[in-house]
Amino acid sequence: MRELRYLEAMREGLFEEMRRDSSVIVLGEDVRHSVRGLTKGIIGEFGPARIYDTPISEAAFTGLATGAALAGMRPVVEYQINALLFVAFDQLVDQAQKLRYMMGGQGTIPVTYVITASGARRALAGQHSDHPYPLLLHMGMKTVMPTTPEDAKGLFKAAIREDDPVVVFSPAALLATKGPVPDGDYVTPLGRARVARAGADLTIVAVGPLVPEALAAAETLAQEGISAEVIDPRSLLPLDAETLLASARKTGHVVLFDDSNRTCGFAAELAALFADRAWEALRAPVRRITRADVPVPFSTPLESVVLPSRERLLEACRGCLAGVKA
Amino acid sequence: MGELSRDQLVGFYRTMRTIRRFEQRVVELINRNEIPGAAHEYVGEEAVATGVCHALRPDDVITSTHRGHGHILAKGGDPRRMMAELMGKTAGYNRGRGGSMHIADLELGIFGANGIVGAGAPIACGAAMAARLKGRDGVAVAFFGDGATNQGALLEALNLGAIWKLPVVFVCENNGYAITASIREMSPLQRLADRAAAFGMPGDTVDGMDVRAVHEGARRAVARARSGGGPSFLECRTYRFVGHFTAEKALGIRYRSDEEIEEWRQRDPLVTYPAWLRERQICDPAEVDEAVEAVLEDAVAFARQSPLPAAEEALDGMYATTYPGLPARGW
Repeated sequence: MRELRYLEAMREGLFEEMRRDSSVIVLGEDVRHSVRGLTKGIIGEFGPARIYDTPISEAAFTGLATGAALAGMRPVVEYQINALLFVAFDQLVDQAQKLRYMMGGQGTIPVTYVITASGARRALAGQHSDHPYPLLLHMGMKTVMPTTPEDAKGLFKAAIREDDPVVVFSPAALLATKGPVPDGDYVTPLGRARVARAGADLTIVAVGPLVPEALAAAETLAQEGISAEVIDPRSLLPLDAETLLASARKTGHVVLFDDSNRTCGFAAELAALFADRAWEALRAPVRRITRADVPVPFSTPLESVVLPSRERLLEACRGCLAGVKA
Repeated sequence: MGELSRDQLVGFYRTMRTIRRFEQRVVELINRNEIPGAAHEYVGEEAVATGVCHALRPDDVITSTHRGHGHILAKGGDPRRMMAELMGKTAGYNRGRGGSMHIADLELGIFGANGIVGAGAPIACGAAMAARLKGRDGVAVAFFGDGATNQGALLEALNLGAIWKLPVVFVCENNGYAITASIREMSPLQRLADRAAAFGMPGDTVDGMDVRAVHEGARRAVARARSGGGPSFLECRTYRFVGHFTAEKALGIRYRSDEEIEEWRQRDPLVTYPAWLRERQICDPAEVDEAVEAVLEDAVAFARQSPLPAAEEALDGMYATTYPGLPARGW
């Protein structure tokens, strides 16, 4: 196996799918010059008929992808920042996501939307730091968030092959991370969680950019004699509830570590899942460490309070095991 | 215009008459509670859908509006399956998932009536792009109302169509009102087709009460699109003789004068056009009327006979590929 960076692995996956299937086309702002690097060199290999630099018109090019998909193409739409989802929201959730059902099951809408630098980076403030995946999950939209280079390629390829709209969140914090990537063609199927670290005392469900933080926290806990299991759902919808529940039933303690807003966030949904289906096994209330419900602030000390942190996770894990109420 | 055959001229009338009578039957059925909810009637605007869709081939694509029955019938939609959909029956186009505002038939190139104003135009651009990428000379038509000309998605779609020279025709049905808002107050333009100039495309305005004028304008725009000339904007000046939707009367709102409505009714295409046909002895419109009645009787009977969907299928059809737990149940 080779070592690749997350973004390189994704790019490789995209190019492979484009070679495999001539109906894959790419639309987005600045895709030819590839500010993010996902589509670097793409115009040279695939030419202008399959690669479209769009105007700043998120609603229109998102809708165009829907129409092209209904007519047999397989568009990949790149949004460079999260907030563009808000601009295109009607075309995402009212059109792409609803049309097939409203049409009584006619047609397929195989569009992949990739948010190439999702979540917060340092000091990009309120409109460039959101992680709005719960909004899409709320609407029933298939959504994945790979956290390793291997999954970044495998889930992206799976998303492109899926016959429904799929949103791929690629966390900014992970784009440069390196990891092993298998040779050759493979996909990481939707709907299967990854046990990132096995453990016996406590389950941490960590999402996206927080997975490496959770693994680091698990190391610290191990030194304290606590064996933490870290689960990376990686496919948020469809969700592999069984793997999550099995872990909770084994450990009896669950801490959720999620980079979306607190209210109606993904962690809230998971907390309800554990309450509904693993209640008998729980030996302490489920805890969640999430973002605060404010826009991400600019100044560094403020930013670190608003975003979920390893320190808070550790506190929650220790409290959960000690039976201390949050 | 002289090149239209007798069959085409009669076909125009058959389509317009079908739309008019379909809408009138729909209102009757809503009043009898056989159709749930409300509908947005196309009464008065029949010449637009008819003139445009008769300029299209079966493999061309349309995107429609919330006032879509006319477009769908004109594009070849089956009145039986439409009526069944309006009644929420299994034989309906959308198996009861869509109703009046969402009727679609992908095989007929009908990419859906749409409840969001202006939202269909980008989708039409996508269909046009796909046709070109597949090496076909297909054309897509985006229908929208005057209100949509102030909607961002539409203006963005006009731009995309223009820069990529997509084979798309933007058909503006200017009926003067966006629900209660007069376009005279909502746009600085006297002629909505002037929007086209900002996107470097031709903008034509035709009499939307004259099916032959609409058809001629659409024929030109479609030919241009099909031959690689890029998009056009076709404004059709028309009028809805009735309310924005069937429940409007009950609301008791008034935003236009009886005189204005009466003035437009003088130009009712379902009066002027059959008179024109009769005068020139092209056909006896009464014979068409009779045939249309039979079609609609049959459609209503068909819809009535079709069963309601089974409650347990309410979650079916959302995904092409489902997974455990998808769609999530609400109970």
